[in-house]
Amino acid sequence: MHKVKSVTAMAVLLGAGLALGACTTESTTKDVMKHPYKEVWSGYSTATPETRAMQDDDFANPYMPYVDAAAELWDTPAGEAKKSCADCHGAPDDAKGGSMGIPMKGVGAKYPAYDPESHGPINVELRIQKCQTDHQKAKPFKYESDELLGMTGLVVMQSRGMKRETKAAEQSDPLYPAWLQGKAFYYQRRGQLDLACKHCHEDNAAILVRAELLSQGQSNGFPTYRLKWQKPGSLHRRFRGCNNNIRSEPYAYGSDEYLALETYLAWRGRGLPIEGPSVRK
Amino acid sequence: MKHKKIISAVVGAAVAGTIGFGAHANEMVKYEVVDGTIPQSLTGVAGDVANGKKVAINRKKGNCLACHTMPIPEEQFHGLTGPSLEGVAERMNEAELRMRLVDPKVVAYDTMMPSFYRTGQHRVLKDFEGKTILEAQEIEDVIAYLRTLK
Ligand code: HEC
Ligand code: HEC
Ligand code: HEC
Repeated sequence: MHKVKSVTAMAVLLGAGLALGACTTESTTKDVMKHPYKEVWSGYSTATPETRAMQDDDFANPYMPYVDAAAELWDTPAGEAKKSCADCHGAPDDAKGGSMGIPMKGVGAKYPAYDPESHGPINVELRIQKCQTDHQKAKPFKYESDELLGMTGLVVMQSRGMKRETKAAEQSDPLYPAWLQGKAFYYQRRGQLDLACKHCHEDNAAILVRAELLSQGQSNGFPTYRLKWQKPGSLHRRFRGCNNNIRSEPYAYGSDEYLALETYLAWRGRGLPIEGPSVRK
Repeated sequence: MKHKKIISAVVGAAVAGTIGFGAHANEMVKYEVVDGTIPQSLTGVAGDVANGKKVAINRKKGNCLACHTMPIPEEQFHGLTGPSLEGVAERMNEAELRMRLVDPKVVAYDTMMPSFYRTGQHRVLKDFEGKTILEAQEIEDVIAYLRTLK
């Protein structure tokens, strides 16, 4: 009885996207871990030739001035500890990771990671803020500030071309509860227009809504420079936009809800190469 | 952006004939579903074809072109997530069309199409809380317009 119940709950969470097989918990777990897509692809594929060209050339990528500014901050001692990021991590591209032996390469591909302090996911933005508070004893950059966007871009860039990886869908992984929560979010209708993420990014990927060609809504291009915003933006800003567009109350930057969604989205995009900072329309 | 939203809420309220905005929900017309259709007009007032077309096009209202191709060549970019509405009057009668617009989930559980005359969705933006996307008469107007698509 118990087993059947949990399978039904899963099926509801999953919506129509996945075919579920047998009824044992074990095999359900395996099926759940299948990709919801036959083929996973980046929003780069449906981006316009104009934004692709900008993304392909760092000199034309309008995100890069923010990254350059962050590279200066990286070397600048800050806070009561009077330490710079470089003092502990070496250069951003130092594969050995400086005096602490913690390199930036790979961070973009493996985050969100588990944070033992919050007992939940932590993304790159919050991780940078944590280093500022805990290790530099400084006031952290504000979420969505130019400084934090620049620093996030600088950190994520070190993983360009690496494949997105996550084990969050495994029941033994500490991120599993967040993954489940994120999945429920993804398939839940919301807003006056009553749409779930899946209605646009799963059912209708590669199809036009008005003049917009829908992508799978993957996160591998983040952070991103959006021409519409005329500035860089975080993944959570995009979540807020996609919520607002369907007249749904957005959640706060760095909220548990969005961190769970980010954790789940990483899993939907596993295997995709990290492209951030990308350029979008 | 914030301003735009408030303006559209004011316009919505003005159409409903109420004063102010955001304060109280629209008075909703009750309707009866019969075999997945709504046979009775919501207002008893015949639909206005010209206004129905306007409502269908308006991005803050029907925005049907986001998802449907329609025989409205003067509008650029028709979406493709839903079927073309060309000739829809040949396929669907008034009662079926009313159901489609009011609350399509009754006939198509998993549909992407919004329910244009329903409230109570999850986490609706404050400015739109308790409001339907279209007013009852606008639903009738859109139906009248769709009935011309033969
Ligand atoms: C009404 C349709 C719609 C819904 C619902 C929707 N989005 Fe989007 N989303 C878009 C459009 C349009 C774009 C821009 C074009 C594209 O990349 O698909 C976009 C872009 C994105 C992107 C950026 C992709 C990239 O490569 O730059 C992400 C990430 C995203 N959406 C996530 C979500 C999530 C998560 C949800 C659910 C909370 C959601 N979206 C709900 C329409 C939607
Ligand atoms: C005093 C040393 C110190 C300073 C200064 C410091 N960090 Fe860290 N950083 C650490 C340690 C130690 C960790 C490992 C996690 C922990 O114990 O907090 C870490 C972890 C990280 C991680 C996650 C790495 C991973 O593989 O999970 C990132 C990203 C990071 N730091 C970025 C920064 C940035 C950006 C700055 C400058 C704003 C900075 N750090 C400043 C010590 C430091
Ligand atoms: C967000 C996308 C979306 C919007 C906006 C939308 N629809 Fe739909 N509509 C659909 C989809 C998808 C279907 C396909 C059937 C289904 O999913 O049940 C559909 C089906 C229909 C049908 C049934 C057509 C048939 O041949 O079976 C009618 C009629 C219709 N829509 C009218 C409208 C009108 C009129 C508007 C604007 C007031 C509108 N729709 C707005 C997505 C949308």
